Amino acid sequence: MDMDGASVNGSPAGMDRKRWTYLDRILNRPGPFTDEEWVPGEPNIESLERMKILGAGGLGCEILKNLALSGFKDIHVIDMDTIDVSNLNRQFLFRQADVGRPKAEVAAQFVEKRVRGVKITPFCGKIQDKDEDYYMQFGMVICGLDSIEARRWINATLVGMVDNDDADTLKPLIDGGTEGFKGQARVILPTMTSCIECQLDMHAPRAAVPLCTLATIPRQPQHCIEWAHIIAWEEERKGNDTLDTDDPEHITWLYQKALARANEFNIPGVTYSMTQGVVKNIIPAIASTNAIVAAACCNEAFKIVTSTNPPLGFPGTNNYMMYTGDDSVYTYTFEHSKKDDCPVCGNLAKNLEVDPNTTLEDFIASLAEKPEAQLKKPTLRTEEKSLYYQSPPSLEEQTRPNLKKKLSELVSDGEQIAVSDPAFQITFKFKLVFKK
Amino acid sequence: MEEPLTETTPPILQDDEKKRKKYDRQLRLWAASGQQALEEAHVLLINSGPGVVGVETLKNLVLPGIGQFTILDSAEVTEADLGVNFFLEPDDVGKFRAERTCALLEELNPDVQGHYNTEPVEYFLTQSSDTHSLRPFTHILVTAPIVPELLADILTHCRATSKPLFYIHCVGFYSVFSVQLPSAFPIVDTHPDPTATTDLRLLTPWPALSALVEEKTRDLDSMNAHEHGHVPYVLIILHFLEVWKQTHDGQVPSNYREKSDFKELVRKGMRINNPEGGEENFEEAIAAVLKSLNPSTPSSAVKEVFDAEECKNLTHDSPHFWVIAHAVSDFYKAHNALPLPGSIPDMKAQSADYIQLQNVYKTKAREDVAEVTLTVRELAKQHGHLAQVDEKEIEAFCKNAAHIKLVRGRPINPAFPGQKLKWGQRAKAAVSALTNPDSLILIHIAFLAFDEFCASHDADALASAPRAPGSQDSEVEFDAEKMTGIANTIIDNLINEAGTRIEEPDYSDIGARVANYVQDIVRAGGGELHNIAALTGGMVAQEVIKVVTKQYVPVDNTCVFDGVGSRTEVLRLGADVSV
Repeated sequence: MDMDGASVNGSPAGMDRKRWTYLDRILNRPGPFTDEEWVPGEPNIESLERMKILGAGGLGCEILKNLALSGFKDIHVIDMDTIDVSNLNRQFLFRQADVGRPKAEVAAQFVEKRVRGVKITPFCGKIQDKDEDYYMQFGMVICGLDSIEARRWINATLVGMVDNDDADTLKPLIDGGTEGFKGQARVILPTMTSCIECQLDMHAPRAAVPLCTLATIPRQPQHCIEWAHIIAWEEERKGNDTLDTDDPEHITWLYQKALARANEFNIPGVTYSMTQGVVKNIIPAIASTNAIVAAACCNEAFKIVTSTNPPLGFPGTNNYMMYTGDDSVYTYTFEHSKKDDCPVCGNLAKNLEVDPNTTLEDFIASLAEKPEAQLKKPTLRTEEKSLYYQSPPSLEEQTRPNLKKKLSELVSDGEQIAVSDPAFQITFKFKLVFKK
Repeated sequence: MEEPLTETTPPILQDDEKKRKKYDRQLRLWAASGQQALEEAHVLLINSGPGVVGVETLKNLVLPGIGQFTILDSAEVTEADLGVNFFLEPDDVGKFRAERTCALLEELNPDVQGHYNTEPVEYFLTQSSDTHSLRPFTHILVTAPIVPELLADILTHCRATSKPLFYIHCVGFYSVFSVQLPSAFPIVDTHPDPTATTDLRLLTPWPALSALVEEKTRDLDSMNAHEHGHVPYVLIILHFLEVWKQTHDGQVPSNYREKSDFKELVRKGMRINNPEGGEENFEEAIAAVLKSLNPSTPSSAVKEVFDAEECKNLTHDSPHFWVIAHAVSDFYKAHNALPLPGSIPDMKAQSADYIQLQNVYKTKAREDVAEVTLTVRELAKQHGHLAQVDEKEIEAFCKNAAHIKLVRGRPINPAFPGQKLKWGQRAKAAVSALTNPDSLILIHIAFLAFDEFCASHDADALASAPRAPGSQDSEVEFDAEKMTGIANTIIDNLINEAGTRIEEPDYSDIGARVANYVQDIVRAGGGELHNIAALTGGMVAQEVIKVVTKQYVPVDNTCVFDGVGSRTEVLRLGADVSV
């Protein structure tokens, strides 16, 4: 069905375009910033209608609406989630009665019905379920994903697909994200400009609370909740139940455990809502910020496809817009530079300063938190030897004794290591530089 | 000595519970108080032009549960609307746009009540002798183009009734919106960055804190490794400040050099003969020296509140904010410090020590609130103030006293064709923006020219609707030339009003830049691009939410968006307030 291009362009160009009166003024009239060689009219309409574009993630509702009303005709959408009641405050294509249904399907149906002539193809699943052949069919990808892992995955996939001898293999990636009143939109031309991995340190993970604090000296309500989450559940319920953070009974149990512990230590402030927030790592989200960021992304997509005005993202120009709305309105639009030592799009190993006396085990734990790494289940090796393997079990067992060794016993100062992680399809190269 | 710590979950009504779940992601931003304010608001949208940006704004207000909205729009749905407005269906052509957009917006959230009115604005406004047709609404959104006399009427009503108004332009790749706030719009709950709010008063410890320092650091040298490694850093700093004072004539370290020396003193106190080669709590202390050993002086924003006439001269009907502000200002005069916020950051410590320290801060904060409350009550009596100021309000004010903010709303100046716009006190700042190549003020000026153009060109012989520049293919160049002329006149008048000159080549450069913006706006023929309307609708909705909830800090007062460069700029403009 995807290949059935003819049915997409159901309306032959030049047919009644009354509906697109406003859009056509922009497509048909040159502006002061359009290129001298830009051809107004027909070619732009054709580009929009021909472009097969993919949208994904929590900004999906906004993205589908915006693309459909920008004149795109062949839109695909990927989303693995089903509709939850807490989505209804912003994901405007869903109603109370839709709760529990797959987001991609409901959203696609809604927009197809509302905007005549647009074809929206849903896929209910993870972006990781699809391979390069799937992604190769699109001209462009717009993501509003809520996890950094998924962003890194799609980024690495699109970078890996680029064949320098074939311009069609370069798929612009437009990425948007929000948190509360803040957000960002960025345009990536894989291998040509700064990619998501180059910009990883802009999204530093929250520092984890040391286990010993949770276990013995809690001070904050969050410490008590994390204790219930990480320690109490493991000890008391793990055997029977896998923790499901969407199960109210499970959250209530954690809440009561946390509350009891907080009372024991005289710590005020544990609430059900806070328990939910900590355990599910809830990020505040509102309709207006989603609207801003998704529209900023789709505006760039529209400009890239139609050349009606210069877009963000060309090498040597701005490619990143940061939006902050909690104190007046402030945007910072800038060029994030490509990094030569980017593990995805660069070719040099990234320097990582380490204490030679650190054990391999502690070093591995630190990789999860280091803003420039953020690897949770890393397997490590040097050119000559295996340092630690997460799997298979036989290799894990074989390399386990290394965990207690100091880095200085395993590698030399400045030695390069290769790190792989099941969440990513590429290998990260780090050069370990010993702290003096 | 302190409040009971057990928290019982009150029995929640089914309805509240449902709402709490649906609105969970936003309640984490503006809490139940903000939600209640939203639910009490009734927003009026006076729609015109293609009318997308207003509807997109409403969408972002209906979803979070604004109480009511009303759309005033006499237009009938055209084929062209379907290509740009998501809240219309293919079969709606020919029906009233207000009715259809209202119905499809209402679908988004059953908690919200939508209304519509299909009268032309001029009839709606002149139903009675004054403009009280606007009275039922708490917040007004107006989209351009609108006849300037009508806009002026609406602005005057809003000014007189202290009703916030948002005036929005969205054409092609550009948008501008201005916010007309009441002349005094104070905000207590500004939600400052949590890292910026710590106020530990390390230079001026009160007796209870000093006593705790003495108790907890007396045996510092003889402590075992575990105890020594868990003394909270606040107490470590306070302890070493006493040591420092003994050799510095009782003075605390006051400049960078002394603070660096003080850091060394603390560092010497750290035990390094352990496997880690140091102690985390001492490292925390050293890291905190530079930023926490500063006298806590109120920000200029706080001083502006204290110096405000409304604060100094209370009356029997002064809003609560000013009564509390006056009391806090008295507190500041008496103690040379604002009330203590009372929260402390997390730090390496034993649970019991941390809680004890936390309670010392909390107790002091409560004492400060009690003192301010006493003053508030006295002031109320003194001025015959009738309303009882709630203790919760006083507490919230004291807790955030260092971050309160007063926005002085300035009147929006409508652009009348052929009349000079008054820039007033903002003229000088506006002129300096003209010559700044990064400023987007010329987009704002292009939209002022757009308003003048629309006001002097009618769509048809009936003069029923303004004609936007560029709406006819054959007129594009002509309209652009005309509108550029208007823009240049606005620029010249501005430069004159500021009493200055702009030399060549800067002057020509400004002319060339504004001509580009004008041309790109005329290109759209008054039409909206959906993306720009959606983005602007998001920005305006954020602002409406901030103004309705009186939380966070709203735009003061004009925000420009450039969809080519994907940038915004906030300009402070508007007419002077005549007293």
